[in-house]
Amino acid sequence: MEIAANGSRAASINLPSGSGQRRAAGRCGGWKLLGGTIGIFVSTPGSSSSPQVRQQGANMPFGNTHNQVKLKFTSDQEYPDLSKHNNHMAKVLTPAMYERLRSKQTPSGFTLDDVIQTGVDNPGHPFIMTVGCVAGDEETYEVFKELLDPVIQDRHGGYKPSDKHKTDLNAANLKGGDDLDPNYVLSSRVRTGRSVRGFCLPPHCSRGERRAVEKLSIEALASLSGDLKGKYYALKNMTDAEQQQLIDDHFLFDKPVSPLLLASGMARDWPDARGIWHNDNKTFLVWVNEEDHLRVISMQKGGNMKEVFNRFCTGLTKIETLFKDRGHAFMWNEHLGYVLTCPSNLGTGLRAGVHVKLPNMSKHAKFEEVLKRLRLQKRGTGGVDTAAVGGVFDISNADRLGFSEVELVQMVVDGVRLLVDMEKKLEKGQSIDDLMPAQK
Amino acid sequence: MASSFSRILSSKRNIGILSLVGGSATVGFLLHRDHVSAGSPVRRRYPASAEYPDLRKHNNCMASSLTPAIYAKLCDKATPNGFTLDQAIQTGVDNPGHPFIKTVGLVAGDEESYEVFADLLDPVIKERHNGYDPRNMRHPTDLDASKIQSGQFDERYVLSSRVRTGRSIRGLSLPPACTRAERREVERVVVDALAGLKGDLTGKYYSLTQMTEKEQQQLIDDHFLFDKPVSPLLTCAGMARDWPDARGIWHNNEKTFLIWINEEDHTRVISMEKGGNMKRVFERFCRGLKEVEHLIQEKGWEFMWNERLGYILTCPSNLGTGLRAGVHVKLPLLSKDARFSKILDNLRLQKRGTGGVDTAAVGGVFDISNLDRLGQSEVQLVQTVVDGVNYLIECEKRLERGQDIKVPPPLKQFK
Repeated sequence: MEIAANGSRAASINLPSGSGQRRAAGRCGGWKLLGGTIGIFVSTPGSSSSPQVRQQGANMPFGNTHNQVKLKFTSDQEYPDLSKHNNHMAKVLTPAMYERLRSKQTPSGFTLDDVIQTGVDNPGHPFIMTVGCVAGDEETYEVFKELLDPVIQDRHGGYKPSDKHKTDLNAANLKGGDDLDPNYVLSSRVRTGRSVRGFCLPPHCSRGERRAVEKLSIEALASLSGDLKGKYYALKNMTDAEQQQLIDDHFLFDKPVSPLLLASGMARDWPDARGIWHNDNKTFLVWVNEEDHLRVISMQKGGNMKEVFNRFCTGLTKIETLFKDRGHAFMWNEHLGYVLTCPSNLGTGLRAGVHVKLPNMSKHAKFEEVLKRLRLQKRGTGGVDTAAVGGVFDISNADRLGFSEVELVQMVVDGVRLLVDMEKKLEKGQSIDDLMPAQK
Repeated sequence: MASSFSRILSSKRNIGILSLVGGSATVGFLLHRDHVSAGSPVRRRYPASAEYPDLRKHNNCMASSLTPAIYAKLCDKATPNGFTLDQAIQTGVDNPGHPFIKTVGLVAGDEESYEVFADLLDPVIKERHNGYDPRNMRHPTDLDASKIQSGQFDERYVLSSRVRTGRSIRGLSLPPACTRAERREVERVVVDALAGLKGDLTGKYYSLTQMTEKEQQQLIDDHFLFDKPVSPLLTCAGMARDWPDARGIWHNNEKTFLIWINEEDHTRVISMEKGGNMKRVFERFCRGLKEVEHLIQEKGWEFMWNERLGYILTCPSNLGTGLRAGVHVKLPLLSKDARFSKILDNLRLQKRGTGGVDTAAVGGVFDISNLDRLGQSEVQLVQTVVDGVNYLIECEKRLERGQDIKVPPPLKQFK
C-alpha cells in the first residue's frame, strides 16, 4: 500500500516507554507497561502484497472489532452463529478457518470480523445469494484469501485462485452495438467502479482518507475536456436547485438504506466527501465515495451501446491517466482485475445494460432459460431489487470477472439483439424455438 | 472498590499475553487498574485537522462540545479495549440531530471511555444533566424503597406504573464495542444469576435466537418483546451488530419484573404493574436489583459503578441512576391547559406518548416520568415522580370541578 507523504508521521507517534516499534516476526514476550497498553499487530509475514508499510498498533477508526479483546476469548467463543444464514461468506467460513484467520489484519488494521460483519448481520434470503463480505483495503484480498478465494470462486462461476483476468478497454474491439432497435431499446448504460490505490475502501476509510479521495477525484475530473467537460456537485454543498436537477436526471445517489451496505460501515460520516460529477452533456457520470471510491457511468437514451461503450472506455482511460499523472494508480492486479469493495464487482466491475421493452418475451416460459444461456440477468427499471414496469426490463451481463470488458459488452449487445428478435417474432405470433441460443 | 476490582479482574480475566495462531504474532496486554489510562494510541495517516468531522449542520451534545482542539487531543487515544474517539462519536457524526430535540451524539464502548475521553464526556455530561460536574460532584445511590411516601396513586387516573434502569457488567465491553464472545459472556453471567431468583421473582429466559413462534407471540402480546433497533441513533453506534446473537428477554412468572439482555445496554431492568402502586413497583425493583447484584457477586462479577457517575451505561444520558420511573395517567383536561408544559418542567417531569419515547399521547393518556437521571438518587427521583404525579392528578381533579390550578414553584436541580 502506498503511503502518502505524511506517512513519515510514524516516527512521531507517542507510545508508552517500554514499547518497541519493531515489527515482531515471531513470538513477542509478555510486555508489562506502566499505566498503558500496547497492541502490535502484524499479518503473517509475506501475506501482504505491500510490505513497505507496517502500521503498528494500527487501529484505524471504526475498528469495532478490535482484535486485542477478541483474542482473549477462544475462537469457538467468538465464532458467529451462521445457522440461519445463506450467503457466500456463511457457506465458506468454518470454525477452523475462523481460528486461522482471526488474529490477522491488513496493514491498515482491517480484521476478519470487519470483513464478515455485513454477512453476519444479514443472514440473506433463501433465493438470493448475497456475498456477505467486503474488503476494507486492497490487501484484504491477500491477507484473507483463504476465505475470499472460495467466495470469489463461488460467486464468479468457478474462477480459480490461479486464473488470470483479462482487461480490455479498447472499444474498437466491439463488433456492432450501434444497431439495437430503438423502438425496443429505450436506453443504454455501462457502469464500473475504480479504487484509488493507497487508500482504504469505504467500509474502513477514515474521514481524512475519504476526503483525500474526493479531492483527488475532483482535481482529475476537472481536467477532462471536450464532450467530457463537466462539473462536480458535493453532496453536502449542493443547492436545492442543483439537487432537484440531479434527481430529475436520475443522477443523484442517496445515503444507502440497504442493511447490506450499512452493516459494512460504508455510510459513515454521510454525506461528508461524497459527490457526483457529470459532463455537460449528461452522458458521463462519476459517483465519488458511495459504495466504492469511484463509480463511473456512461449512458444515453436509445440503443447505441457502441457509442456508450466508446465514451466509457475513452473517459475511463483519460481518468486513469489523470490520476497517474498525480501519482495514483487504480487498484488492479493480474488475478483479480480491478479491485473493488464487494467481491462481486471484481474483475471488470462492469455492468452493461439496457432498458428494453419485452412484454411478450418476458411472459414466455423460456425467458429465464434464454437469459441464462446468454449469460444475462434481468432487473426492474429501478435497478437491483426492483420490479419491471410496463414490460420494460433492465437486461445486463451477469458476469464481472473472468471476461474482459469488451467480451461482456459484446454478450450484452448480441444477447439483447437476439431478445429483440424473439420479441418481434412473438408479436407476430411466431415461435422462437429456432432462435434458442446455445449456452455461452 | 479498587482492590476488590483488581481481585475480580485477575480471577475473571484470563489475561493471556499471547495467542500464537498460525504463525502470526499478537501481543496481549496487561492492565493496571490502579490508574485507568489510555490504551495504545491510534496510528493515523492524516493530521487531526484532516480527520475532524464536519459538524456545521449538527445539533447534538457531542457537536456542541467537540472542538478541533479536543478532537486533536483525543483522536489518537484508545481505551485498553481499543475503543477510539471516532467510534464514540460516530453516531453523533452520522445523525446531525433535530433543531428541537438535542440528542447526545456519542456512546461509551466500555467503562474506561468515560475516563479516557473525559475531556469530551465531562462537558457533554454537564450539558445533558443540567450542570452536573463529574469532576466535583458525587452521585448518590439509594435503593431503599421503604423511604417512599404516598406511593399509591388514585387508580381512576393512573393506569399503570413502571420503573426501569440499566446495569452493565464490569469487565466486559459495552454494546457498541463488545465482541461476540463478550456479549455471550454477558448473557451467560446474567442468565445464570437470574436463574437464582426465587419467590415472586422466579422466572424464565427467552433467547431471541431460540424462542419458539408461540413464545414470541406471547411476548409481543405482553408488550415485552424488543426488536432489532431501527433507529439510526442506535445502529450507527454499532450496537445492533450480530443481531440477534446473545440477545434475550427474561421475565418472572408474574410478568411484573422483566430484564432485557444485550439490547442498548448489557441489561435493562424493568419493574411494572397495572394500576397505581408505584411504591410496590419500586420495592420490587430495588429488591430484584439487589438480588441480581448479589447473585453475580457470588460468581465474582459486579456492576459498573463509581462515585462520580453512578451506574455506568452505554449512553451518557443514562448515567447515575439510569432510572426512568413513570406512569400512564389520564389527564385529558390538564393536558389541554396552556400551563401543562410549565407545570411538568417545574416538577422535573417529562411527558411522552403511551408508546414510549417519540410517540404521541392517545385518549388523553400520557406517559409521565422523571426528567433527571444523574445527581439524585433513585429514591429521590421516584419520590419526585410520586409527588409530581399526585400534584398533576390534583390539578386534573380541580379542573374537573371547574377550579383553577396553580403552577408549582420549580424544584431544585441537585438535592
